[in-house]
Amino acid sequence: MRRLVALVGLLGCFEAMAADYAPLPVTRFHSVLPADGKAAPASIAAFSMRTEPVTNAEFLAFVIAHPAWRRGNVPTVLADGSYLAHWEESLTLGREALPAQPVTQVSWFAAQAFCESEQARLPSWYEWEYAAAADAKRADARSDAAWRQRVLDWYGRPASSSLATVGGEANVYGVRDLNGLVWEWVDDFNALLVSSDSRDQGDGDKAKFCGAGALTFQQKENYATLMRVAMLSALKASDTTRSLGFRCVRNL
Amino acid sequence: MKRLLLSLSLLLFANQICAEQALPSDSVYQAQITLVDQSGQQWRWNEQRGHVQIVSMFYTSCTMVCPMIVDTMKFTAQKVSSAKRDRLHLLLVSFDPATDSVAVLRDYAQQRKLPAPQWTLARTVQLADTRQVSALLGLQYRQLPDGEFNHSSELILLDAQGRIVARSDVIGRVDMEFVQAAERTLADD
Repeated sequence: MRRLVALVGLLGCFEAMAADYAPLPVTRFHSVLPADGKAAPASIAAFSMRTEPVTNAEFLAFVIAHPAWRRGNVPTVLADGSYLAHWEESLTLGREALPAQPVTQVSWFAAQAFCESEQARLPSWYEWEYAAAADAKRADARSDAAWRQRVLDWYGRPASSSLATVGGEANVYGVRDLNGLVWEWVDDFNALLVSSDSRDQGDGDKAKFCGAGALTFQQKENYATLMRVAMLSALKASDTTRSLGFRCVRNL
Repeated sequence: MKRLLLSLSLLLFANQICAEQALPSDSVYQAQITLVDQSGQQWRWNEQRGHVQIVSMFYTSCTMVCPMIVDTMKFTAQKVSSAKRDRLHLLLVSFDPATDSVAVLRDYAQQRKLPAPQWTLARTVQLADTRQVSALLGLQYRQLPDGEFNHSSELILLDAQGRIVARSDVIGRVDMEFVQAAERTLADD
């Protein structure tokens, strides 16, 4: 009987902690990275996205349940030396990591493992870009110069300033903090700038890339988004940085 | 008898722990990935531990650079003069697990004359694990709407513990520095 009570208590606890996911409808999205390298829109199936980035408190609950992902237990091939280094101890957040701040200093492998633990996955770049193109009133705010300027202004903020907590203004889908809080991992972060087309290169030594269709950027004025692509492309999957967090998505 | 069995199993267990602990922190085998190869056999990625390997990624329907990657791997292995050359394993992992079934991999190995046991052509059992393999190896790829892939082309040398000890983006001819690295790694092993 006592066991039952404990179980119910545990379930209640899970319920309280379950993250909010908001649905995004199917779309054909004009990405800064055209699907075919020329102009084709990306086909995106309906999915749901965490309304907020994963917080320190949520990641702490994850490492409590999954000791392999505690600081000190993770091999360097899966997360570099600064993995969760701003936490006071492996199971204590401390002063530098408030519970409601987005978790940062997590590697792509760790982010993937977290999402898997809640039956979710990391978003693809297209899914993330699609969600992040919306503001509070419009599904696609990217043609608005003022919107673009706000994103760029955030990039200009010094990395040393402390992070805000999650819970910014919701966009039309009910998703928050896509722009203006942290950078976020995407599943295919290491795929974004694979661009050279081998057929353009006569020299076998330089035939580094295989496959049809070179990647070119559309919407070149949209360099706020392009900067994010460049930043993600420069990362290794084991890298962790002070301003890089993540959120998860689920198929619908 | 029971106690003997118990201590035996404890011993086995302890051995297993020791073996796991000995795996270096920067070994790609730290990640848990299951592959299936051209013979239909399923195995854990870390079962390659103990073999010096040249690894790359490809996909069978690729007609552009992939055949060159395979040839470059073949010629690179042939240049390795060490008496231990037989112990050098060659592993190709597919970018395209949805298409590259066991039968497709087996046909490709036959057509391209890539004999087992030296050559292993494999795909991940879980589709999502392909991205993990590429991330561990530092290779980039992206699927295009027409089913083709854009991807980086490199040969990667893993030592017996699964650490990346050399990589080469020279494709189409043999990179002698890479060959020397393979020889050194085989000699150290």
